[in-house]
Amino acid sequence: MSFPHKHILGIEHLSREDIELILDTAESFKEVNRRDIKKVPTLRGKTVINLFYEASTRTRTSFEIAGKRMSADTINISASASSVVKGETLEDTARNIEAMNPDIIVMRHSASGAPHYLAQRLTGCSIINAGDGAHEHPSQALLDLFTIREHKGRIEGLTVAIVGDIAHSRVVRSNIYALNKMGAKVRVAGPGTMIPPGIERLGVEVFHDIEEAIRGVDVVMMLRIQLERQGNTLLPTLREYSRFFGLNTENIKLAREDAIVMHPGPMNRGVEISSYVADGLQNVILEQVENGVAVRMALLYLLAGGEEKL
Amino acid sequence: MANKATVILDRAGIGRALTRIAHEVLEKNKGIDDLVLVGIRTGGDHLAAQLRESIREIEKEELPLGAVDVTMYRDDLSSRGSLPMGKTDIPFALDGKKVILVDDVLYTGRTIRAAMDALIDFGRPRAIQLAVLIDRGHRELPIRADYVGRNVPTSREEQVRVEFDEARLPLEVLLEKP
Repeated sequence: MSFPHKHILGIEHLSREDIELILDTAESFKEVNRRDIKKVPTLRGKTVINLFYEASTRTRTSFEIAGKRMSADTINISASASSVVKGETLEDTARNIEAMNPDIIVMRHSASGAPHYLAQRLTGCSIINAGDGAHEHPSQALLDLFTIREHKGRIEGLTVAIVGDIAHSRVVRSNIYALNKMGAKVRVAGPGTMIPPGIERLGVEVFHDIEEAIRGVDVVMMLRIQLERQGNTLLPTLREYSRFFGLNTENIKLAREDAIVMHPGPMNRGVEISSYVADGLQNVILEQVENGVAVRMALLYLLAGGEEKL
Repeated sequence: MANKATVILDRAGIGRALTRIAHEVLEKNKGIDDLVLVGIRTGGDHLAAQLRESIREIEKEELPLGAVDVTMYRDDLSSRGSLPMGKTDIPFALDGKKVILVDDVLYTGRTIRAAMDALIDFGRPRAIQLAVLIDRGHRELPIRADYVGRNVPTSREEQVRVEFDEARLPLEVLLEKP
């Protein structure tokens, strides 16, 4: 009945039972976050290192709070303020950190597969992927599932539309795996330049029109247009993107009346989502953030148990 | 594995034990003022609900009822792994209250230690008293129960289980020999 994995590198390798165990465990931890005294002794004496090679506020803070609320010692290392700028390789940095005997390394890296590379080389500790390139971002997909389940009471049988830059989003890939495993139907939509060829093979339906994509869906998941990356080259103008793929008070009416609106953040108001929708009654964006802490507590807890792992 | 199980307490016996404990709780605390019930998951929470029922029959009033899951407070994460976790639900303030902590079987005392740590994270109760259906001995911590349904001498190899029906009403207590 214990969690059968040593690392959490992506949703791809988790089973439906694994995902359900994570979500159920997160439900227990959510209660801790609403207490006056938000601390339990569960991970006393465990060390969690957040190794971030890319900028992040939400995810890093969320993992840090998750660890601290369970009494783990959490240490943050950001690449810009470490030996990485002096030319140390990823593997050397990681081996040095490992020599200090942490129990879990939470890692974000701009290269897809970086956490997998370390997982093969480090023997002493568990690794959680907090986002690798355009590959996976498992804790984000899990907190999305948690939020959907909380609102809809189930995930099986729902239809979810994901709109935005499908090609460069790690959130999408993790969510497609996760939603499919849980029995939801997934639609993706975006401009042709942002839909990778062959994405149907992951089990999604492709749309090139937001109105068709969100018609009758239970969940609308908007993605951030990465202004610092693809925003400039893949789109004629942001205004055009906003007109054809932005979520606004008009097209949201095409989704089910009780549909919820999600966004992994940070939002570009007026680009992929209008301010009215971003602040509207259907949005669950801040709940996603709140649930993120509980889900990350569950991940740290499930990896920290001392049993023999596969 | 064909374990040999004997019934050491049946439904009626459990009912009588809980009624007696209800009277003892009321006698010791001189009524129900500031009393709250918290059961330990899983088993103790069902028994706490039954104990509330027994107290209601005597006093015609319903005590606040909560449940605590002690998995987050266990001391064996490193040796036993990440056990499945239940939910803690204490929908009232504990400050200044007299908490009757309810569990099904008292054994090493480690669960009770964990439960007391959990309760204290929710506030500062005036007192915590412990009620158990079965005390089977073998304490590893300096903990004792204030109210005991039945003392059952056991060996460490034996198991004591309280069975509940689908309505979460206590059915019987089994003693299993290896």
